[in-house]
Amino acid sequence: MLDSLWPLLHGAITGTIPLALSSFAIGLVLALGLALMRLSRRRWLSSIARVYISVVRGTPLLVQLFVIFYGLPSLGIVIDPWPSAIVAFSINVGGYAAEVIRAAILSVPKGQWEAAYMIGMSHRRALTRIILPQAARVSVPPLSNTFISLVKDTSLASLILVTELFREAQQVAAFSQQFMALYLEAALLYWVICLVLSSGQGVLEKRLDRYVAH
Amino acid sequence: MSPTDQPTDQNLLTVRGLQKSFGANRVLTSIDLTVARGQVLALIGPSGSGKTTVLRCLNGLEVADGGRIEITGADAAATAIDFDAATAAGKPVPRKALGALRDQSAMVFQHYNLFPHKTVLENVMEGPVIVQRRPRAEVEAEALQLLTRVGLIDKKDSYPFELSGGQQQRVGIVRALALRPALLLFDEPTSALDPELVGDVLRLIKELAAEGWTMVIVTHELEFAREVASEVAFVDGGTIVEHGDPRQMLRNPQHERTRQFLHRLLFPF
Repeated sequence: MLDSLWPLLHGAITGTIPLALSSFAIGLVLALGLALMRLSRRRWLSSIARVYISVVRGTPLLVQLFVIFYGLPSLGIVIDPWPSAIVAFSINVGGYAAEVIRAAILSVPKGQWEAAYMIGMSHRRALTRIILPQAARVSVPPLSNTFISLVKDTSLASLILVTELFREAQQVAAFSQQFMALYLEAALLYWVICLVLSSGQGVLEKRLDRYVAH
Repeated sequence: MSPTDQPTDQNLLTVRGLQKSFGANRVLTSIDLTVARGQVLALIGPSGSGKTTVLRCLNGLEVADGGRIEITGADAAATAIDFDAATAAGKPVPRKALGALRDQSAMVFQHYNLFPHKTVLENVMEGPVIVQRRPRAEVEAEALQLLTRVGLIDKKDSYPFELSGGQQQRVGIVRALALRPALLLFDEPTSALDPELVGDVLRLIKELAAEGWTMVIVTHELEFAREVASEVAFVDGGTIVEHGDPRQMLRNPQHERTRQFLHRLLFPF
């Protein structure tokens, strides 16, 4: 049992965690862009974002992953397992987080935009200095949800040959025939990672809440 | 000064035939007014009459559909926008022109609209430092001086939520002053305040008027308008129905609509 902890931990540290972190980071940048496109007055921009979000949310993540890794090679585009996984997860996070960020931006009172314009700010500056910092506070809880889902979803990458926590568990289990023990161990490790993330969410919320009445 | 008289060199603000509609709803039919340097114009009128829209057009928060706004700043350089021309050309008013007009004035909002994620001092310094790019040290010295003046220096590192409504509104006024505008705009500055907090804010505005700031104030405080304003204009149905010396007009209105409005304010039930 303890012997198996090392490969699983190794899978988490070199697979699951970097996969989740990098996909989330890229996905957030994508999401911010999509949210701003969705809010744009230019209809074609918001339409593109709308379609993107609809497709990403309306199709299974596993299918997206398979299209990229197993499907694209038939078009001559061959991507390694790791980059395939990062691309698929980033695209997916982008779709979900875009709606979160859009809602957070809309939740900032209109008076904040007006005050920013009043002191002479451009739209872009009002957005970055006045609106987004306030939207960030609102979006931490739902974005944490997205992040935690992502951590667990990275187990799907085992199906496109990425060596991460769950794939390690499968391999050790197949070798030792200790299926119950190893899958429970894997579950426990996912849970621990998510517990750490939740406490991180708490710290972040507290920090961003310092300017709000309690 | 007088809203409809011929503009003179002394006029800091000149508005001619200002029009604004929201969809089919015509909010401003035609507004003419002038404010001379150092004078205070109070706009009164029923809710929905368009008085706040006038103010918002002056600061470019709304873009008028027609008419003309001209503000002559301290350097005697006039900033003007001809909205008729823009509408006739079928083009939106250039952002640059709106920005230039906006730079001439600063607005104090009914609901303060302070930036909740910034301290009092940061709220005041944001515009001068970030937008106007004035030296931080100079801006900070001026901001501290202004905060001292309104009795909020010990709150400089507080966040807006830690302040009372009256204190927030005084910060709102300081934020406007720090921009060094030619014209101060007040949009019902005490309407959101608890009655016992109104006095501090009105006293401050009165002091500013005495110091020679040029202002346009939308207000429901008739007593205050009488004391502070050089001129009162009664707005109804998107136009200025009547204007004149506050003492005279508030005591002896010439128009039936003005009379009815004043009566309703003085005897609400």
